Amino acid sequence: MTELYLKHTAAESPPREALTINPAKTCQPIGAMYAALGVHRCLPHSHGSQGCCSYHRSTLTRHYKEPVMAATSSFTEGASVFGGQSNLLQAINTIFTLYDPDIIAVHTTCLSETIGDDLPQIIGKATAEGKIPPGRVVIHASTPSYIGSHVTGFATMTRAFVDYFAERTGKRTEALAVFPGWVEPSDMAELKRLLESMEVPYILLPDTSGVLDGPMTGYFEMYPEGGTKLEDIRRMGDAKASIALGPFCSGPAAKLLDTKCKVPCEILDLPIGLSATDRFIDSLRRVAGVAVSERIVKERGRLLDMMADMHQYTYGKTVALAGDPDQLCPLSEFLRDMDMKVKYVVTGTPGKAFEARLCELIGAGEEGDWRGAPGDLFSLHQKLKAKPTDLLIANSYGKFIARDEDIPFVRFGFPIMDRIGHSDFPYVGYRGAMRIMEKILNVLMDRQDRDAPNESFELVM
Amino acid sequence: MDGSFAVLQGRRGQVGAAGDAALELACGRLSLPGSVSQRACVFCGSRVVLYPIADAVHLVHGPVGCAAFTWDIRGSVSTGPQLHRLSFSTDLRETDVVFGGEKRLYAALCALIEEHNPRAAFVYSTCIVGIIGDDVAAVCRKVSAERGIPVLPVQSEGFKGSKKDGYRAACDAIASLIGTAEPDPSAYRGETAVAKSPFAINILGEFNLAGEAWMIRRYYERMGIRVLSIMTGDGRIDEIRGSHRACLNVVQCSGSMIYLAKEMKERWGIPFVQVSYFGVDDTAEALYSVASAFPEVPILAERAAVIVAEELDKVLPDLRSFRAELEGMRAAVYVGGAFKARSLVKALRLIGVKTVIVGSQTGSKDDYRDLGELCDPGTIIVDDSNPAELSRFIRLMGADVFIGGVKERPIAYKLGIGFCDHNHERKIPLAGFEGMVNFAREVHASATSPVWELARSKGPGYGR
Repeated sequence: MTELYLKHTAAESPPREALTINPAKTCQPIGAMYAALGVHRCLPHSHGSQGCCSYHRSTLTRHYKEPVMAATSSFTEGASVFGGQSNLLQAINTIFTLYDPDIIAVHTTCLSETIGDDLPQIIGKATAEGKIPPGRVVIHASTPSYIGSHVTGFATMTRAFVDYFAERTGKRTEALAVFPGWVEPSDMAELKRLLESMEVPYILLPDTSGVLDGPMTGYFEMYPEGGTKLEDIRRMGDAKASIALGPFCSGPAAKLLDTKCKVPCEILDLPIGLSATDRFIDSLRRVAGVAVSERIVKERGRLLDMMADMHQYTYGKTVALAGDPDQLCPLSEFLRDMDMKVKYVVTGTPGKAFEARLCELIGAGEEGDWRGAPGDLFSLHQKLKAKPTDLLIANSYGKFIARDEDIPFVRFGFPIMDRIGHSDFPYVGYRGAMRIMEKILNVLMDRQDRDAPNESFELVM
Repeated sequence: MDGSFAVLQGRRGQVGAAGDAALELACGRLSLPGSVSQRACVFCGSRVVLYPIADAVHLVHGPVGCAAFTWDIRGSVSTGPQLHRLSFSTDLRETDVVFGGEKRLYAALCALIEEHNPRAAFVYSTCIVGIIGDDVAAVCRKVSAERGIPVLPVQSEGFKGSKKDGYRAACDAIASLIGTAEPDPSAYRGETAVAKSPFAINILGEFNLAGEAWMIRRYYERMGIRVLSIMTGDGRIDEIRGSHRACLNVVQCSGSMIYLAKEMKERWGIPFVQVSYFGVDDTAEALYSVASAFPEVPILAERAAVIVAEELDKVLPDLRSFRAELEGMRAAVYVGGAFKARSLVKALRLIGVKTVIVGSQTGSKDDYRDLGELCDPGTIIVDDSNPAELSRFIRLMGADVFIGGVKERPIAYKLGIGFCDHNHERKIPLAGFEGMVNFAREVHASATSPVWELARSKGPGYGR
C-alpha cells in the first residue's frame, strides 16, 4: 500500500518551531460556536469574515450530521479598515428581524480582535439604538484564533454565559451547577441521567443534547427543543455548588461562578473511565449530600466485570493518543487501569497544566515515551513510524496514520467525520467506559484474528 | 416577486421565478451581515482552486484554523505525490500578531522546502496577515531566490471580497507560473500516442474530484488531443509552467478559472471555450466545441461523434431504467456556481426530474437569466440563500430530492427528502457520460430510499 503521508518525509526531521503540520487542534471560534449551540434559542454569531462561520458550520455539520445554525458579520475590506461596528449593528438588526432568537452569542475572530473592535461598546450602542428587542439579549466572548485552541473558545463562551447571566439573589437552591465541558450531546444526556439517577437537582451548561442529536420530524427547526434555558443560567448564581468537568473547558466558568456568585466549585476530570467516573460520582454524593443509587453501583460493577473478563487482551498493549487535554487525561488513566501503556500523547492545545495532570494520573513516562503539548499529528506520525504502538486513539484524521502504519484505530474526540455513533452513544460514566472498552477490544481482537495463522485462529476469545 | 415566497426583508431582489417577465436578480451582492449565509470567504476560494496541485506545498499563513478547516476536505485525487493532502500552517500566535509573522513564515517555508523538496510553494494570506501587514511577497521572493523554486504569494485575505475574489487570487498565482518552462513530451502522463500531438489543450477549472479529470482527459485523448495541463486537478507545477504552448483552453466551472483563461488569451493568444461536463448533453457539447476549435482537422469532430455515440450506447440503457423510476420527481438545486446549476437542471431533466428550486452562492445576473429561460415557469431562482429560506422553499414546492453541498445535506434529511452531494464530498465521479449514470444512481439511491416512506408513517401511537 502506498503511504499517504510519510512518503514525503523521513521518520525523523529537524525541529520545526515555526511550522505546524497536520494540526491536532483548531482555532477558538468553533469552540465558542459549539458552546453557544448548547443554550436554548441562542444563535451563535461569528464576528469576522464569512469564511470562518462557514468553516465552523461545515465542520460541526460533518461531525454531528445535523444542521448547524450560526450567523456572521460578513466582514469586508471596509469593515477591516473602519472597524466592524456597523457590520455587527446591522447583523444584530438582521438576526432579530429574520431569525428571532432569544440570545445572540457573538464570538470574535482573529480579524475583529486585531482591528480592536470593542464588543461591549458595540452591544451597548445596539441597546441604546433599540436594535435589541425587549427580553432579548446579545452577549459576547473574546476568542482570538491566535491564542489557545478550539478548547479555549469553548471555555471562554461557557464562561461568558455565566458572566452575563448568572445572578445571586441570596436564596440558595439545592441545585448543582454542572459544567459538562466539550463532550458530545450523548455524553450530556448521560450526565443528566446519572444526576437524575442520584436525584440531584442540577443545571447543566451548556447542553447540546436535544440540539445536535435531533430526531427526524419532517421539519427543519432553527432552534431545536434542547439547550440550557436562559432562566436556568440565571439561577446558576444561586446554586448550592458547581462541578466543573474538565479543567480546560469548564474550569474558567466554574471559577467565575465562584467569584461572582460565591458558588463553591469542584473542578474534576471528565468522567471518562472507571476512576474518573468514581471521582465524579463521589463528588456528587458529597456535594449534594445524596446516596449513590443502586443502579449506578451496578453499572460500575458491570464495567469492572468487563475489565476483569478481558484484562488478558489489554495487558501491556501500547497506545498512542491524540486529542484534547480534558479528554486525554482521564482516558490515559482508564487505559492505565486496563493495564495498557500510554506511549505517545499529543494535544494541540497549549498549557502546562495538561502535562502536570497527566503526570499525576499516570506518572512520568518511561524512556522513549513522548508527550507533545502542544504538538501536531505529523510529529505523532513520525514517532509511530520510528516505533509503532499496538493502538491509536484519535479523531478522524488519525485514520491516515493508522493506514500508513497499519495500527488498530479507535476514533475518539473531535472531529469524527467518517463514522457514526458519537452523538448517540456516550463515552462518559461507567456505561460510556464500557463503550470505550468495547471499541478498543474490537479493534485489538479483530487485529489478532486478522494476523493469526490458521492453526491459532481462535473461535473462543 | 412578493410575499408568496415569504422572502426575507433585505433579500427581495435575490429571489425570483422562472417565467417572470423581467427576471433580474440583484446578485453579486455581499451577504447581508447577520444572515446565516452558506457562503465562504476569499481564502476558501483560493484554497479550493490551488489545493489539487499535488507536487507543491500549500502553506497557510495565519492562525491554525484556516489550515485545519481546509485539511483534505475535498477529494482531489492525485496519481503521484500526496503533498496537497497534508495541512501546513504557520500557526500564528499572539506574539506574531504583535511583532509580525514574517520571520515565522520564512522559517516555515525553509523547513518545508528542505523537507519535502516540492516543485513550488504557495503561501496563502489569511485575514490577519492583511491586518498586521506582513510583506508576504517579499518573503516569497527571498525564499524563491534562495531555494530556486517558484514561491508564490496568494493574496487571499478572507475579508477582501467574496469566494470569487479568491478564485481570482488563485488564478493570479497560477498565471505567474505560466510560460516559465517548456512542455516536455517525454514526461507526458497521459496516452503516449498523443504525447506529441499538435492539437494541445489545457483543461481549466477541473479539480479531479473522485478522478473526474482522468475521465475527461481520456475523452480528449481518444479524439487525438494532447492535454498539456489540467488546472488544477491532479495538477503538476511543471505542466502548468509549460501550458502556454496549448492551442486552446477548455474552461469548466466558469466561476473559478475564467480569469485565467482571459489572462492566457491576452498574454499568449490562446483562445478558450467554456464547457461543462455534467450531464450527457453538456459533455457531448464539450467534445464538439473543442473539436470545432480545430476547423482545419475535421477528423477531430468525427472522432468526437464516435465517442459520443459509443458512450451514449453504454449509458442510455441505465439512464432509461433510472428515469422510469424517477419520472415526475421534483428537485431543489443549490450549489456554489450557477454554471453547474445549469448543467444540473438539464441532467435532472434527462432522468425525468423537474427542478423546482435552483440557486447558487455566486451566480451572476446573466447566469440567473439563463436559468430562468432554462427552467420551467414557476421554478424558484435564488441567489445566496440560507437554511431557513431553502427549507421554506422546499416545503412550498414539494421537492423530493436536494442537490447541494455539505451544509445542505442535514437540512434535506430533516425535511425527509433525498440528497445528493454535488460538491466537495462527492465520492464517485459525476462528470462525463459515466458520471451521468453515477449521478442518476445517487439521485435514485437517495430519493427512492425506503427511509422517507418510513419517515412519513409517524410511528406507533401517533395521534392516538
